[in-house]
Amino acid sequence: MPKLTIDGIEIEVEPGLTVLQACEQAGIEIPRFCFHERLSIAGNCRMCLVHMERAPKPIASCAMPVGEGMVISTDTPEVRKMRKGVMEFLLINHPLDCPICDQGGECDLQDQAMGYGGDRSRYQENKRAVKDKDLGPLIKTIMTRCIHCTRCIRFATEIAGVQEMGATGRGENMEVGTYVEKALTSELSGNMIDLCPVGALTSKPYAFTARSWELVKTESIDVLDAVGSNIRVDTRGAEVMRILPRLHEDVNEEWISDKTRFACDGLKRQRLDQPYVKRDGKLSPATWDEAFAAIAERLKGVDGKKVAALAGDLADCEAMMALKDLMAAIGSPHIDCRQDGAKLDPAARAGYLFNTTIAGIEHADACLLIGTNPRLEAPVLNARLRKRFLMGKFPIAAVGPHQDLTYDYDHLGDGVEILKSIANGRHDFAKVLKSAGKAMLILGQGALARRDGAEILGLAREIAESRGMINDKIGWNGFNVLHTAAARVGGMDLGFVPGNGGRDTEAIVAGAGDGAIDVLYLLGADEIDMAGLGEAFVIYQGHHGDAGAHRADVILPGAAYTEKNATYVNTEGRVQRTRLAAFPPGEAREDWTIIRALSAVLGHTLAFDDARMLRARMVGANSAFIKVDGITPATWKPFGRNGETGTSALTSPINNFYMTDPISRASETMARCSDVRLGAKKDKTGTDG
Amino acid sequence: MSGQSNSTVIQPDDFAFTAENAEAALAVIAMYPEGWQESAVMPLLDLAQRQHDGWLSRAAMDTVAGMLGMAPIRVYEVATFYTMYNLAPVGKNHVQVCTNLPCWLRGSDAIVGACKKSLGVTFGETTEDGQFTLSEAECLGACVNAPMMQIGDDYFEDLDADSAQAILEKLKAGQTPKPGSQIGRHTSEPVGGPTCLKDLDNGVGK
Repeated sequence: MPKLTIDGIEIEVEPGLTVLQACEQAGIEIPRFCFHERLSIAGNCRMCLVHMERAPKPIASCAMPVGEGMVISTDTPEVRKMRKGVMEFLLINHPLDCPICDQGGECDLQDQAMGYGGDRSRYQENKRAVKDKDLGPLIKTIMTRCIHCTRCIRFATEIAGVQEMGATGRGENMEVGTYVEKALTSELSGNMIDLCPVGALTSKPYAFTARSWELVKTESIDVLDAVGSNIRVDTRGAEVMRILPRLHEDVNEEWISDKTRFACDGLKRQRLDQPYVKRDGKLSPATWDEAFAAIAERLKGVDGKKVAALAGDLADCEAMMALKDLMAAIGSPHIDCRQDGAKLDPAARAGYLFNTTIAGIEHADACLLIGTNPRLEAPVLNARLRKRFLMGKFPIAAVGPHQDLTYDYDHLGDGVEILKSIANGRHDFAKVLKSAGKAMLILGQGALARRDGAEILGLAREIAESRGMINDKIGWNGFNVLHTAAARVGGMDLGFVPGNGGRDTEAIVAGAGDGAIDVLYLLGADEIDMAGLGEAFVIYQGHHGDAGAHRADVILPGAAYTEKNATYVNTEGRVQRTRLAAFPPGEAREDWTIIRALSAVLGHTLAFDDARMLRARMVGANSAFIKVDGITPATWKPFGRNGETGTSALTSPINNFYMTDPISRASETMARCSDVRLGAKKDKTGTDG
Repeated sequence: MSGQSNSTVIQPDDFAFTAENAEAALAVIAMYPEGWQESAVMPLLDLAQRQHDGWLSRAAMDTVAGMLGMAPIRVYEVATFYTMYNLAPVGKNHVQVCTNLPCWLRGSDAIVGACKKSLGVTFGETTEDGQFTLSEAECLGACVNAPMMQIGDDYFEDLDADSAQAILEKLKAGQTPKPGSQIGRHTSEPVGGPTCLKDLDNGVGK
């Protein structure tokens, strides 16, 4: 390990680090614009100049690898003067428009200009002006502010895997952009806004709405896909102004998807802010008491076996636990959290988790995708797959949709029979998997939410076992289910699935249609066939006026994920908590408290009075809930079924990435995105305003 | 040439190499080892530009990108970086006058003036008949023979206003002016012939 001296401090660092990183380890911050840990080194902003003994001229510390015996000084008058000079050059063409710039207050250039900038400009000539670029509905550009650090170009090329950004022209005429006017086709494009060290790329929906210093920052979790990205919710008063990523190396690193970031305007539209009761065929506003009374009235004398409950994709664990206990008290075994009908097996936890873990992808050496398009289902996870792909020696094959995933892969076809030939080793790719030490497969919901889902699950288990993906000796489990719903793993962990003789989603909907189910409780479940519910009395608890609320007889307004302290389990089985960033609107309440209050009215008072007791109850139901931000590895057990499989093609459940849940369907930004990206193919529902 | 996307240029819908050029392109690509085909981007762009009346349309750049398996933006970056690639239509004769320091000291202003007067256009413009485009060029590396200009692939050196105008008149008349030094010196030897080592003949002592 090379030893070097930085400002008199002797430090030993790992070989291969740069001088800048070594300085950081010594606790010295070096100013920089172009350098970013997760991007390749460009070395073009020159802000990180330091002095190295015996070097004929200053060195760019971000691009200089550490060497034995280097003597670096970072705070001599000479270094300060060099940085001052670089800063003066950077500011030559940078407009002095901080007061009207959205980056103001959180701008690297502004901050560092405070440290190294002069108090006045010596530049008398005309500043250069650059035409703004159109990068689509998410990113606003003011290209005159660009300092050509090329972070956005490197991000698009390396992380997002869409080579659309570039630097055209040269010298004074160099411009950063797409050259052709078009929206970026990445699901991760919003991260360029965070990466931009100046105000050249800013958030279009957030433009001119708030200043960074007037926002209250709450650290929370995203629930719009099953990755559970760590986010920071910035609020002003009761309004969520924007959502930013938070660092979590094992989950999202520092990226979030565009839906996670930009769907937050959906939190302000189509909200259910008071209870409603259907009177004379029309929903009319009611008080909580009236709503509970209407439910109690309808439930009176109804056999518990004729009551059913479904949990939707955004339901939190606390609410599901409470609802499960309430249904048990009423005497109904008909509960299900798999509203898409995915044939997941609740008996074997390993059969519904992303066992490899997201960070574990980086250790895999072959991958098989089954019925999934991870780019649309979990863009951040897809970025991790791409990261592994770029490291090399990572053959990827897919059985299912044939779409651009931002990395090369073999498309083997979309028929189930291919899985069979892989399972029995006859397929060419079976040999690739077998010879890999740490092979993995990713099973998407598209392969499970179908009639032969249980058989495909069994087939996938067979592949995992026969291709050596399960290896206890090295602690490797390459079997992965990629979920699309944030509530799914939590629901499975809590056993929010049909009890003895209980009906599953399909049977509940059918039962409601033919009268076998009298009362149906929808906990944010919107993706079922509402027209098929027949005469059933529907209670809808949720936060958006989506499909479920339109069909409901009683509406109980709940809280969205930014408005409650709630537990979610991501696709890896990682238990994480959201934090209350703003209070629910109007009369709306935190979800579990609604169910707890209703239970008292129904005469089945649940045995917990506060969140602490409820969480203890959750731990009782599944010990995995003890470890917040931890993963309890699942033991390998048989799951799935052997049997006949269908012939229909394996597909991804998501066609429109921008509209997958009640929040993103209510978002105007997401509507604009799907208009731009899908054009004529857009798939709008009746709630798109 | 401006490096930026020029929205006023009418872009043709497609571009395809002629059979002859396609073969030449394949020969160029074959010069590079497997996996490094991208290196052929500059010769291919040049080939495309020569075929396409001296300028590169967006379709032509996309075609090159497709042939080399590159993202189109990577080709745009190259094409906009080098001034030798024209991104808007140019006249049949592309007149590039060097105005950098050595040429300027040797009187490039007069050359520019003669060109403007003779052609009736200024920098960046094309004559109405589409025969000439006049451009200002940065150093073309012929400083010893300054002032100079480049027309098409040929250098015309040791110019003055009269010789520059004569060259343009010849071109207008459809003739081919003689490239190289216009004052009759051999390459960049001293004006008036060699001044030293005269006692040597072809490098062999007398």
